[in-house]
Amino acid sequence: MHEYSIVQSLVDSVVAAVGTRDAVVHEVHVAIGDVAGVDCGLLTTAYEVFRAGTLCENAALTIERIPARWECPRCHVPIARGAFLRCADCNEPAQLAGGDEIVLQRIELEVA
Amino acid sequence: MCTDCGCGDVNLVPLELQTRILARNDDTASHNRAHFRERGIFAVNLMGSPGSGKTAVLEATARAFHDGRKLAALAGDLATDNDAVRLQRAGIRSRSITTGQACHLDAEMVHHELHHLDLTGVEYLFIENVGNLVCPAVYDLGQNMNVVTLAVTEGEDKPLKYPTMFAKADLVLLTKLDLLPYLQSTNLTAIRDSLARVMPEPRMLCVSAQEGTSIDRWIEWLASSRAAVVPEAVNA
Repeated sequence: MHEYSIVQSLVDSVVAAVGTRDAVVHEVHVAIGDVAGVDCGLLTTAYEVFRAGTLCENAALTIERIPARWECPRCHVPIARGAFLRCADCNEPAQLAGGDEIVLQRIELEVA
Repeated sequence: MCTDCGCGDVNLVPLELQTRILARNDDTASHNRAHFRERGIFAVNLMGSPGSGKTAVLEATARAFHDGRKLAALAGDLATDNDAVRLQRAGIRSRSITTGQACHLDAEMVHHELHHLDLTGVEYLFIENVGNLVCPAVYDLGQNMNVVTLAVTEGEDKPLKYPTMFAKADLVLLTKLDLLPYLQSTNLTAIRDSLARVMPEPRMLCVSAQEGTSIDRWIEWLASSRAAVVPEAVNA
């Protein structure tokens, strides 16, 4: 269960982003791709456990799930997940156009 | 807190970041990769289920390789150093990375252990990850290629069940081929079909570490892959 390790990195990233600002972190927004290899339920559980005593203690976590998008790199026709990952027209191997994100999008700070 | 009108609302300021959460791991992985490039080392992140034959493939590689001094390995394991001991016995200079409860290796663990591994004359470094088809796929270690072992006994639909792992594989080694005659319901066509639905460029080699089947082709793949990323390797 690597979600704990990802939450550790997430909290470290938030701390680095806040820096020396005198602010309370109110919300944390992340984007997780469907084929990023991260379980959003476990990530939420890990966050609930891990945020105690950190800058994220009072910050709600919002997860935006990004669907997997395979497409032909030449003609950009979408290739359905579960289909053969090769363009039927161009015979090019598909490329992942989205869905592998593990991204800290933004934080919302409560300022004095 | 809003002090302008006395409404009591908090003043929220958004801070746009759009940063990779694992950026620190990725930075360390880049550092590892630069280190390999400088030394002309081709690094493989060898992943697969527990018991899929990762260590056995490396033992067979050492038996078939013309010069074992060119091989080195880091072996990730939750609780023992058994794999590193096996590899050492096979003639591969090896170090164990005992991860405790961690289900995967990360770039920092590899970086730390590299300081304790003599890489003089090494051309191929195998990073044998913790046996797991989920977590190791998420972490870049600085490798040149990802290789995934899949034993014939694991079932034809394994790639469909673990798409992230197989999507990241540059090569799948279908291991324990010598057991295939005993598996009446397993066929290679179905495995290839599964792989083509999760791997954009499905490449699979069918090997038997025990009988040495196609280990020569695996070694050829290593040599040509190294030559593609280490220019001087062509004439080595």
